Amino acid sequence: MNRLSVELPGLSLKNPVMPASGCFGFGREFSQLYDLSELGAIMIKATTVEPRFGNATPRVAETPGGMLNAIGLQNPGLEKVIEEELPWLEQFDVPIIANVAGSYEEDYVEVAREISKVKNVHALELNISCPNVKTGGIAFGTIPEVAKSLTKKVKEVSSVPVYVKLSPNVRDIVEMAKAVEEGGADGLTMINTLLGMRIDLQTGKPVLANKTGGLSGPAIKPVALRMIYEVSQNVDLPIIGMGGIQSAEDVIEFFYAGASAVAVGTANFVDPFVCPKIIKELPELMDRLGIDHISDCTGRSWNKHARIAHYRP
Amino acid sequence: MINNELCTVVSHKEIAPSVFELILEGELTSSMNEPGQFVHVRVAGGIDPLLRRPLSIADIIKEKNQFTLIYRVQGRGTSILAGKRPGDKIDILGPLGHGFPVSEVKPGDTALLVGGGIGVPPLYELSKQLREQGVKVIHVLGFQTKEAVFYEDAFRQLGETFIATDDGSYGEKGFVTDVIKNREIAFDCLYSCGPIPMLKALKNAYGKDKKVYLSLEERMACGIGACFACVCRMSEDPDDSSYKRICSDGPVFAAEEVLL
Ligand SMILES: Cc1cc2nc3c(=O)[nH]c(=O)nc-3n(C[C@H](O)[C@H](O)[C@H](O)COP(=O)(O)OP(=O)(O)OC[C@H]3O[C@@H](n4cnc5c(N)ncnc54)[C@H](O)[C@@H]3O)c2cc1C
Ligand SMILES: Cc1cc2nc3c(=O)[nH]c(=O)nc-3n(C[C@H](O)[C@H](O)[C@H](O)COP(=O)(O)O)c2cc1C
Ligand code: FES
Repeated sequence: MNRLSVELPGLSLKNPVMPASGCFGFGREFSQLYDLSELGAIMIKATTVEPRFGNATPRVAETPGGMLNAIGLQNPGLEKVIEEELPWLEQFDVPIIANVAGSYEEDYVEVAREISKVKNVHALELNISCPNVKTGGIAFGTIPEVAKSLTKKVKEVSSVPVYVKLSPNVRDIVEMAKAVEEGGADGLTMINTLLGMRIDLQTGKPVLANKTGGLSGPAIKPVALRMIYEVSQNVDLPIIGMGGIQSAEDVIEFFYAGASAVAVGTANFVDPFVCPKIIKELPELMDRLGIDHISDCTGRSWNKHARIAHYRP
Repeated sequence: MINNELCTVVSHKEIAPSVFELILEGELTSSMNEPGQFVHVRVAGGIDPLLRRPLSIADIIKEKNQFTLIYRVQGRGTSILAGKRPGDKIDILGPLGHGFPVSEVKPGDTALLVGGGIGVPPLYELSKQLREQGVKVIHVLGFQTKEAVFYEDAFRQLGETFIATDDGSYGEKGFVTDVIKNREIAFDCLYSCGPIPMLKALKNAYGKDKKVYLSLEERMACGIGACFACVCRMSEDPDDSSYKRICSDGPVFAAEEVLL
């Protein structure tokens, strides 16, 4: 029995660990370091209809236990992703989750329709939560009605299940989750980055050219856990959890909070081998915690009926 | 090939105020070939500081499996690095990026190497390799003050070396570009690393009719080309989306290729 396998809408994963969108490009760089087939899935960089350069530099700034980024959805555009990046990824035995972004509803719909037809794309991740893009983007992710309508439109054209990526920069995360559930989402991914900023002491000006950026890394882990804990109890959608994950312990903590799979973002920059390391360490940790199968522990923090872990010395 | 290895500190000393020479030993030295490549250094385990720090490879000593980094203490990361002692292990990812193209010059040609401040280190390995190839090297190195000067003798052993200081406390007063002009230094190819204003001045002065290669800097996250943190714009940009990643396409570029 594969104790790490996970079944989610559109996704039969050999393990629940995947790199998060924007932190892994389209896989080419990391493929020089290890076999991408070891991964549960790959969430590729956000794709928009047209190629985008993104924001001016500096685009990243370090923060205590985290980092800010304002990349601005730089990507080669839908056509190139479909013709070059996705076919290249076919050599690996790994399902692709395509991150879909845009400025207007029509953009999302077009990318979703076309990219969901590609063979190795098993699911979409609707990025309604990027804090770094001026037009649209963030508004989709902060107004429940708008998010619901967008989800519905994308569901109508997508050939594969649609996961909606939630922004933590909202008043009520449960309300957002319920809205996209009503819109027909098949799953949720959460959380995207928290809006933040840093100021340079020499110049007195923001470090990032974009002034503000998205906070990621270990610093946001408690926020992600709390939000997954709340959302998983209030909607019936599976959640791919992310936000500061660096270790097998973190993965189990996210499952306990209510996640059914996880994504690793910033940690790939610190240790480029972090994903395969976590996958390798999970079974031993599960032994220590008395977990037979990884899926058994989803929601253990709130589920009264969940089997209590019997600790083994 | 990119490797990740715990390298051992062989020696570590302050060679100018706040400037350190760090010699490390590790198997990944065998993958280091191009001068101007860099390594991504994790100065501490844990999450403080979280990100790696990019530092240029200043010298490759293949026979001993050793390489040298020269860095200035700037902020938290480099301060922690400065505390490492011989025998300590440091997590190194590298070698990364593409360095200076040494094949652009032929034996007998003259290469002009222009460095500014903490941009000087990678020029040392470059100069060594050019010399081995039979290329004549001339160095023009700019520093803020007399105290800030380092590796002067090492460079002198490889070729003619001019020093410029901002305050005139040593060598010639003024910019490296003044030195090149005033001394009418002739060359076939120019290689440079240093602050952007200096690189811009060199590009404007020589980029049109000479071969000019510049090493760029930008804040990085992954260091391997995956996150798009470190992009720069290109001179040819038909659809306003052309870019190069400084970490993986660079850090060295032909001057005419990129916008500064
Ligand atoms: C390709 C490359 C090669 C380099 N080679 C050298 C070298 O040989 N010697 C040397 O002294 N310095 C070099 N630098 C600059 C060096 O990386 C920074 O001085 C260093 O990262 C500062 O870290 P800190 O924690 O001390 O400073 P902090 O200001 O505390 O750093 C905060 C964040 O900003 C980043 N940062 C700050 N300054 C720079 C900078 N100038 N360039 C890129 N990122 C920066 C840090 O990496 C960190 O993520 C190089 C930079 C690049 C991109
Ligand atoms: C440099 C960088 C780029 C990112 N780009 C995207 C993106 O294109 N699309 C997206 O949905 N999320 C993007 N994210 C957010 C991550 O996918 C993830 O949700 C977030 O960083 C939290 O996880 P972490 O703390 O493990 O990094 C990006 C994050 C970083 C750090
Ligand atoms: S630092 Fe990530 S692409 Fe250059």
